[in-house]
Amino acid sequence: MTSLPTHTEKRLGLAIDLDTCVGCQACVTACKGWNDQGYGAPLSDQDPYGAAPSGAFLNRVHSYEITAADQSAAVIVNFPRSCLHCEDAPCVPVCPTGASYKRVEDGIVLVNEDSCIGCGLCAWACPYGAREMDADMGVMKKCTLCVDRIYNDHLPEEDRVPACVRTCPTGARHFGDFADPESTVSKLSAARGGYDLMPDLGTRPTNKYLPPRRKDAPDLSAPLAPLLDIQATGFAGWLDKVLGKI
Amino acid sequence: MHPAPSVIIFTVFSGMGFGLLAFLGVGLPATSGWAAFFLWGLGYGLAVGGLLASTFHLGNPQRFLRAFTQWRSSWLSREAIASVGCLLALAPVALSDWLQLGWPRGLGLIGAALAVLTIFCTSMIYAQLKTIPRWNHWTTPALFMLFAGAGGAILAGQNGAGAVFSALLVAVLLTAFRIGDGAFAARAQTLGTATGLGIIGPVQGAVRVFEQPHTSPNYLMREMIYLVARKHVEKLRALALIGAGIGPALLLPLTPPTMMGFAVIALLHLIGAFAARWLFFAQAEHVVGLYYGQR
Ligand code: SF4
Ligand code: SF4
Ligand code: SF4
Repeated sequence: MTSLPTHTEKRLGLAIDLDTCVGCQACVTACKGWNDQGYGAPLSDQDPYGAAPSGAFLNRVHSYEITAADQSAAVIVNFPRSCLHCEDAPCVPVCPTGASYKRVEDGIVLVNEDSCIGCGLCAWACPYGAREMDADMGVMKKCTLCVDRIYNDHLPEEDRVPACVRTCPTGARHFGDFADPESTVSKLSAARGGYDLMPDLGTRPTNKYLPPRRKDAPDLSAPLAPLLDIQATGFAGWLDKVLGKI
Repeated sequence: MHPAPSVIIFTVFSGMGFGLLAFLGVGLPATSGWAAFFLWGLGYGLAVGGLLASTFHLGNPQRFLRAFTQWRSSWLSREAIASVGCLLALAPVALSDWLQLGWPRGLGLIGAALAVLTIFCTSMIYAQLKTIPRWNHWTTPALFMLFAGAGGAILAGQNGAGAVFSALLVAVLLTAFRIGDGAFAARAQTLGTATGLGIIGPVQGAVRVFEQPHTSPNYLMREMIYLVARKHVEKLRALALIGAGIGPALLLPLTPPTMMGFAVIALLHLIGAFAARWLFFAQAEHVVGLYYGQR
């Protein structure tokens, strides 16, 4: 049934750290690699070796430039974008077939591909571009939160996290239960000011984004302080003194 | 949004068809014999043809029966049920009109109500989407209902109703154009809110796309970003207003009740309706375009 549950027991999702993501696209590749052989229709590609390769992906990494208002150097932010497993997921109630649903036990939003007619309405309803139609199979694909990994007893313990989380070389993607205030993701989000994307649309995303830190700003409080405060010591100090006397 | 021909054809034809069926259901005009056969046939042809055209944009049309199951939450499912209910309810009425069986017309009224409901459900599929500010407005259902009303009245030879609906259509089209042009800005969603980078955290400022996440367009960009041919907007708007609204509103009261007269006005209306519906899709901007710096 495509009515949304009023409450889910867990709220599984990702905390994505925009401060540490280096935009290496490893999560894009790992996601595609895991999800084209397990859950549902393989993510097909069209013209993969041709001039205009295209295909279905569940995770995309954008790159943005922020030109700060204070004229300091621009900042590049790499921005992974996958399903946010929204609590008020607008993609679910629009589905005419019942293929799209949100799980009561953990809040994961999934598509039952055997019921999907490929009308595309759910992708229209999603503000975040998290759903892509598989051009070969004509069914809607989206991030499953690697539901076939996180509960999979056949995998070693450390692999029971989403493929994108497992593969990220900088640890920029964190997986956990946001309903539990003691979970790593809840604590991380609280400590770093994790925020929602387009909160005005009322989707109440589960995934949180952790803002980039400011690393390269000049100390504007005392612009000349560093110049006045050179206290060379040792050999450099002696040289400084000697040269100063000449 | 990508103006897919199948969806444009579907919405225009089925709207007109269900409009005509609504008029025939309430007995406007009262017909019998081959005239009834022709009119009912036209209504059914347009409605069913439109529904069939809509299946062309489905990835798995063979599973269409499943679309009847989610009427509790989904406008698309409600549309499917209302449309089939309407076609079934009106079938005995059509048969009775054609063969002059004189059966009671109660089902006709139910069928007419279901036809109106179908058009409303179709419009709500678009109007419900907060992601597309231009559609997420009362003018969307108003436009779909008036297009069906005007188109149906013209085909049913109801000159008075046709002229009134066409005149109203002009007013609502103008309103929809005016409000729609500012709708996206009014919702204040920008790349800054879509990424949070414009408003959150210690780094603040103007955000712009530095590099796209993929080298050629994907499903999202093909489906929801449509940049081409918006330059002909003014001409197409004029065509929509004159063809679908102003023309029929002025001509209908003057036209003698001949087949030829109606056919010309119906064609004029249809051209205007196609122009308006093409614009409805081509001009609609989805917030996902923000992530790509294109709308
Ligand atoms: S991000 Fe999009 S696809 Fe995922 S739950 Fe939210 S609305 Fe649905
Ligand atoms: S594309 Fe599939 S999952 Fe999405 S709304 Fe249509 S039937 Fe439901
Ligand atoms: S959780 Fe799994 S499906 Fe979702 S983006 Fe990560 S790898 Fe892809």
